[in-house]
Amino acid sequence: MTAYYLIGALFLVGLYGVIGVRNMIRKVIALTIANAAVILLFVYGASEAGDAPPILEGDAGIPVDPLPHALMLTAIVVGVATVGVALALLMRVYKAFGTIDEPDLWKELQK
Amino acid sequence: MIGEHLPIVVILTYCLAALLMPGAGLIHRRAPSILAFGTGVLALAFSLMTLWKTLDGGAFRYSVGAWPPPVGIELVADPLSAFFLVAVNLVSSLVLFHAHFSDEAESGERSISYYACVMLMLGGFSGIIGTADLFNLFVFLEMSALAGYAILGTGSGRSAHSAFRYLILGTIGASFYLIGLGFLYAETGSLNMGDVALILETAGMQSTARIALVFIILGIALKMALLPLHQWLPDVYTDAPAMSTALVAPIGAKVAVYVLIRIIYDVFPPGLGDWTFPLHTLLAVAGATAIVWGSVMAIPQTNLKRMLAFSSVAQIGYIALGIGLATPFGYIGAVLHVFNHALMKACLFLFSARLEKSDLGIRIDRLTPETRRLLPVSTACFVLAAISMIGLPPTAGFFSKWYLILGSYESGNWVYVAVILASSLLNAVYFFRIIERLYLGESAEAASRPMRVRLTRRNLALVTLAVSILLAGLFNLWIVRVLIEPMVPTF
Repeated sequence: MTAYYLIGALFLVGLYGVIGVRNMIRKVIALTIANAAVILLFVYGASEAGDAPPILEGDAGIPVDPLPHALMLTAIVVGVATVGVALALLMRVYKAFGTIDEPDLWKELQK
Repeated sequence: MIGEHLPIVVILTYCLAALLMPGAGLIHRRAPSILAFGTGVLALAFSLMTLWKTLDGGAFRYSVGAWPPPVGIELVADPLSAFFLVAVNLVSSLVLFHAHFSDEAESGERSISYYACVMLMLGGFSGIIGTADLFNLFVFLEMSALAGYAILGTGSGRSAHSAFRYLILGTIGASFYLIGLGFLYAETGSLNMGDVALILETAGMQSTARIALVFIILGIALKMALLPLHQWLPDVYTDAPAMSTALVAPIGAKVAVYVLIRIIYDVFPPGLGDWTFPLHTLLAVAGATAIVWGSVMAIPQTNLKRMLAFSSVAQIGYIALGIGLATPFGYIGAVLHVFNHALMKACLFLFSARLEKSDLGIRIDRLTPETRRLLPVSTACFVLAAISMIGLPPTAGFFSKWYLILGSYESGNWVYVAVILASSLLNAVYFFRIIERLYLGESAEAASRPMRVRLTRRNLALVTLAVSILLAGLFNLWIVRVLIEPMVPTF
């Protein structure tokens, strides 16, 4: 159960970073932290079914649920693509305004 | 042969077109946009075939790679998904027609990646609508969203900034959806919508499933910009290039609406277990608040696109209200309004694209009768769409509001009836303000000059949309009887 609280805390750290941090690159990093928390949630949840690796040969005991692992591979790929698009957009922002600091950017946008 | 594979064919058509796009760019400068338009029409044809087949023989299912569900991924074509598929593809192919024939989207080298993203986005939308697997839905959701951020961010630095903010919020929404999915999988051990619904029916709503539902609804509400979570929408729609807004605004949020309908009527049917959480009431209240707030915020705007964006917030409110009413008429009104609003918003945003292209600007205080003289046909289409937004018969907007009012009456909530009627007045305030600028106060000398009223390739898409608005209004009974009634669940 403690692990779930830790995963929840990690997600909140990411969420706080997305809202509270000024630098927009750091926002992207915070986003990946939140994403990692979600991935851990699935992976840890899968391990509750058993603790042996999900390999058919031999009998090492009850295996973990392999499906969430497969799902999370996809989720990781989605996360990487998201970071890519986010950084590409930030490059355009930096080229246009010369800053990626949120308060400075709002000042630029008011002009 | 193609008949049994129909559910996946639409998705594959778009994905294939996205792959072919670089090759098309090598052939000719304008080949990408014609390929995009052609693919849109092809996908529309396949969607119509799907609709025809569901009307003929009811819902049909397709197992991807012949892996049987619930383990394999399943696609489903039922009246609901076929209707949304046709709506999305109809509007997007009309916008793509406009993009090709009026040179309003970006041209040259950049159009290859632009149209590849458009194809991926539309493929993602079709996938969301087609799939019956909850995780597969997440993948398509992110696929369309990522392509959407790219499309919306290809303008000025300003548009990149608002697209970035949309990306952050959209990704958080997707994370919420995924967390909900994790809880749901932990509870049921399945990801297939029908299978999950069956398991929940026998097991009842345990606390894990309740948490799952709350997270999933939160995530989708962020994606569809339901009121307290709508902050990203006005900036994105205002700053993005006009063509991108015209592509994304009419259908983007509607696909999230589809997910909402699927989740709360198919996966978690109303009255499941003895759960007393007022989910539907909350949706209806958020919707009603969005209607009032969006309409009020639209009134003082000085930028036409921003005004239309706030009106989108209000229109999402109508749809959420209809879904939240949980009565047959409310449901019909919500689904009908999805279709009608897609037509209206596409028409309104294409008009703003015409304004931007002809260097007239989109500031409302710079609209004059001179604007109407330059773009007479487009302006007429804009006015027709505006009248439909206000909800005057016989335009389409009247009928979806009518069903929503009937639904509110059915559920005994007079407040909602008042909200819908009041919002029509507010819509009238902000649209008549523009119509007045376009039509009145012209000097007699200017009025005597002849106008060139012609149907050209530049306004053909607008005219088609305007005519569709009228037709959707006149044939609303047919749409409701034949297309929508088969999908209404039992309440």
